[in-house]
Amino acid sequence: MISVRGLRKYYQVHKRPPGLKAALRSLVHRTYTTVKAVDGISFEIDAGERVGFLGPNGAGKTTTLKVLSGLLYPSEGEVQVDGHVPKRREDAFLKKIMLVMGQKQQLLWDLPPAETFEMNRAIYDVPREQFRETLHELTELLGLQELVSKPTRQLSLGERMKCELAAALIHRPKVLFLDEPTIGLDVSMQSVIRNFIKQYNERYGATLMLTSHYMDDVAALCPRVIVIDKGQLSYDGSLDGLVRRMRPEKRVVLTLERAIDRSALQGLGKVVSVDHAVAVLQVPQEAVSATVSRALAHLPVKDLTVENPPLEEVMSELFSRTQAAHATETNGVRVGAA
Amino acid sequence: MSLARSARALPTLFKVGFLEAVAYRAELLVWVLSTTMPLIMLALWTAVARDAPIGGFGQSDFIAYFLATFVVRQLTGAWVAWEMNFEVRQGTLAMRLLRPVHPFLSYAAENLAALPMRLIVAGPVAVIALILVGSGKITHDPVLWIIWCAAMLGGWLITFMANLVIGCLALYIDSSEKFMGIWLALFFVFSGYLGPIALFPHAVKLVAAWLPFQYQIGFPVQLMTAALARPEALVMLARQWVWVALLVGLTSLLWRGGLRRFAAYGG
Repeated sequence: MISVRGLRKYYQVHKRPPGLKAALRSLVHRTYTTVKAVDGISFEIDAGERVGFLGPNGAGKTTTLKVLSGLLYPSEGEVQVDGHVPKRREDAFLKKIMLVMGQKQQLLWDLPPAETFEMNRAIYDVPREQFRETLHELTELLGLQELVSKPTRQLSLGERMKCELAAALIHRPKVLFLDEPTIGLDVSMQSVIRNFIKQYNERYGATLMLTSHYMDDVAALCPRVIVIDKGQLSYDGSLDGLVRRMRPEKRVVLTLERAIDRSALQGLGKVVSVDHAVAVLQVPQEAVSATVSRALAHLPVKDLTVENPPLEEVMSELFSRTQAAHATETNGVRVGAA
Repeated sequence: MSLARSARALPTLFKVGFLEAVAYRAELLVWVLSTTMPLIMLALWTAVARDAPIGGFGQSDFIAYFLATFVVRQLTGAWVAWEMNFEVRQGTLAMRLLRPVHPFLSYAAENLAALPMRLIVAGPVAVIALILVGSGKITHDPVLWIIWCAAMLGGWLITFMANLVIGCLALYIDSSEKFMGIWLALFFVFSGYLGPIALFPHAVKLVAAWLPFQYQIGFPVQLMTAALARPEALVMLARQWVWVALLVGLTSLLWRGGLRRFAAYGG
């Protein structure tokens, strides 16, 4: 469904130091630097897949999504989405996709969302019957009943995002690019949006590519993740695989009947924390059952859970490792040049 | 977008554009008040011509001229350059590019959708003009009225396309609003908006003849006020549409090149 080969997107960025003098100098002499937003990434995504596209700020995620949706021309490389070359922006292509950006809106600001829905119906040439059916379904799933007739500017952020999603799906796109769809939303609204996206994917078999800084979104929605950093691919595989690779240990969380001394946990594994009657241990995967048996036998355990390390920690470790690798590479170049 | 689909989408685009135009009542009132420059010029020129005609223009000629100017300006206005500048800088042009309808078509629909509101203002002015100056100052030639319709369309297209050209420049230089300022300054001088071109010095008239501005205002106004004979009107119409064709070509060139540079900032 989506094929990306050797994609590069470079920008020329004008740089100048702060201050009046620098501003005046920049009128006659400008310094440009080349920013490698995306630097040679390749991946394939099958129809119906849900893929998390992760990376730190400025990694090139949004740029890639914009190239895939035909907004940006790639500097190099080949990109295809359902057989279309996005940069050509053919109507048939635009009718199949949608890019939802959490920080941009397509809703008409001064009019109620119902007017945007109607406008999209006309633009995408959706038959009236299908429009009514889709709108009814979206209204039920997202709870839009009270919202569609209020001017968009008077809606809260969460209400607006629900309407944004509805507007984006009026034409039932086969490929959905979601860029931070839950940004700024409260926990319950995030969950509503997440569930809705999953239902849409399951019901229509739509292909989904999602960027988010909320790891709960990724964990709930994306069996597969692609990680990029500084424009380069650093991981492509299952979310579980990433966790196993980065943190092969599991966390055993013990809730005890009474507070115990840290020394009582010796020999069970690496002690991550002891907070009154709750102790967190980190143990290699193969030692989990032995650790659990010993803890149950020797400690006053009230409750016990075995967890993966938090996804945020896994990602943070991956990013710092990649950055360290980049730094080494850069130093190497400097030494070589000297 | 296929022509058939565009045609089907247009009524909805017009409707949405109209609803947006009337969303703010106070803004609408301010806008109406801000388009009264020809009426101010009318007061000025009629006062000057109180004692004797100027260059063949008596008081009633000035009344007819400026009321016609007011009507033409109302019906041929466009403001896409500012909209595009804002959308390029904010990156929101991206939302238009995602839709299977050419952004120019949606801009055109939005601009033309304000026409009914403008007609509400322009209609009574046209009636007042007829009452004040009598029908003698307005052309009775049906052929000239047909040419006038084509000239109004041409006038709107020149205004709209010039806006698009300047809007497209924003794709290259991030902000091109100042170019619109220059365009408007030239427009005020050479279009006949501030006074009939016939009253200008010969050299200025010669320059004006080679520029597009008089085809935005002066030419349709001359048609309305019976200042042109048929052959002359047809020559000017041809020149006007040459400008339309040139601007369409330039817009298309700038748009295609500009899209390659579009950075879709933000988000």
